[in-house]
Amino acid sequence: MASDILTTRDLTTKFGSFCAVDSVSLSLRKGSITGLIGPNGAGKSTLFNTLTGTLKPTSGQVFLGDADISGLSPDRLFKKGLVRTFQIPRPFARMSVLENVMLSPAQQTGEKIFGSIFRPDIVRRQEQEYRTKALEILDFVTLDKLADQAAGELSGGQTKLLELARVLMGDASIILLDEPAAGVNPVLTQILIERIEELNRRGMTFLIIEHNMDFIMSHCDPIIAMAQGQLVFQGTAEEAQANKTLLDAYLGAPVNA
Amino acid sequence: MIGVISYLIFFVTVASILSIAVLGLNLQWGNTGLFNGGVAAFIGAGAYGLVILGGTAQPDHLGGYGLFYPLALLGGMIVAGILAWLVGILTMRLRHDYLAIATFGVAVAFENFMRNSDKISGGAKGIRGFERPFEAFIGDPFYFSIGFFIFAMTMLVLVYIFLEKLIRSPFGRLLRAIREDETAAQSLGKNPGSIRLKAFVAGSMIMGLAGGLYATFYAFISPQDILPTLTFQIWAMLIVGGAGNNKGAIAGAFLIWGVWTLSGWGLSRFAPLEAQLYAGTIQYILIGVIIVGMLLWRPQGLFPEKLVVSQTGDRAQS
Repeated sequence: MASDILTTRDLTTKFGSFCAVDSVSLSLRKGSITGLIGPNGAGKSTLFNTLTGTLKPTSGQVFLGDADISGLSPDRLFKKGLVRTFQIPRPFARMSVLENVMLSPAQQTGEKIFGSIFRPDIVRRQEQEYRTKALEILDFVTLDKLADQAAGELSGGQTKLLELARVLMGDASIILLDEPAAGVNPVLTQILIERIEELNRRGMTFLIIEHNMDFIMSHCDPIIAMAQGQLVFQGTAEEAQANKTLLDAYLGAPVNA
Repeated sequence: MIGVISYLIFFVTVASILSIAVLGLNLQWGNTGLFNGGVAAFIGAGAYGLVILGGTAQPDHLGGYGLFYPLALLGGMIVAGILAWLVGILTMRLRHDYLAIATFGVAVAFENFMRNSDKISGGAKGIRGFERPFEAFIGDPFYFSIGFFIFAMTMLVLVYIFLEKLIRSPFGRLLRAIREDETAAQSLGKNPGSIRLKAFVAGSMIMGLAGGLYATFYAFISPQDILPTLTFQIWAMLIVGGAGNNKGAIAGAFLIWGVWTLSGWGLSRFAPLEAQLYAGTIQYILIGVIIVGMLLWRPQGLFPEKLVVSQTGDRAQS
């Protein structure tokens, strides 16, 4: 379908004989914010790792638009516009916040030994362009004041924002966020949510793993749920809340029910 | 007086050559996080490469092509680069201590190969008969040593400028990102394998340059010059100076080389006669103690790495 940006067909990832992702077929609508929920060990992060190339699928396919991207490495997927953040943030600790963000653009002339020494004019022009863009993005995620600070000195929540800034610096068309609100204080979570919605209005597609149910229920549509490696639910927030099995199993049974 | 001056010239010449090797290691370890435990092999590759390519005709073994000196020096660097490329391809998947063990093994194998392959390297006797450029023309050994001192210093300055430019460029940013977190760098579209290989080859070629200069200076190279202890000394220099900081790398080289020669002189002068034979080992103990002390009390080195805040060009006004 033309409106689906990311599709999987019977995607399976095994660790030995253990099936962490079991024949998952899903499709993400272009321009949607899809929430992915499920108990710990359901296979959410393994699915993420398989979609983004960190793990190779045992069988099945992943399509980005019409292109088969199964088994491509993370660096090639980044260049195709499929990017991710990590459950446990991975900042480049001994680099400044600005440097963290300026790393992202692909095809930098100055990233080649020859280019960095013998093409100073092109490198300078590119660097100015990247710096301007990076500062804009840092401003967008409210980290502009911290641009010159070492990334290792940021708080947990700020690091999540930095990871978002880094992926925004590339030409992403779909962003996969692995527990963006976990361990983040409410103020920063609010900023994060606003930024995600703003980016979504500009056409960005999101797939978000999150345990914070307020976040999932009020900002994600559709919601998909996994259990024991399989896809067990796909629908709107209302449908998820009306789905008794899902509620009992993953959200805890309502007290007054 | 002339004795002191010529000794100082000797000291600074050797320290400059060692500094170049430490700068090469700094590119690999300080900037990229590659633990090269086989520094001696790449210095050796450059040294043997130079002497074989640029030396005078040899009866029993390879060499004596009498190549124009700069070409021979470059040839030595290329030999070191090829060795690094091969080792790099084979050890691409190794990191940290595993890479250290593998490269250490390469260096031991290289030294043993040179010691035993009479047909290639003259075996344990090494290769003599290298005609140093301009030596015959200058004539006086004192003036030659001044000339070579200036040459070695110039090479050090060139390598330093090259590396400073390199690490402040986006390429340097890329290396640091790989050092800090390879998985994150790959998720941001970078190819860690190819970047690590580039840094490994470039750093090893710089070590090869140091090896070439070393062999030129002594007009001689043998397996005795590329023992694993050389790797150990180069590492001590980088740790003391400050990994990730090129100025620190140079300062560390001068300092450790100073401690080395001074303690050698002191021991030969003051150690009792019957202990003279073993006095040299005290130098190794001393360097070992310095390394341990630095790691305990100042692990970042005398000149810690500085955070690169802004690259080429002016900061945008904000």
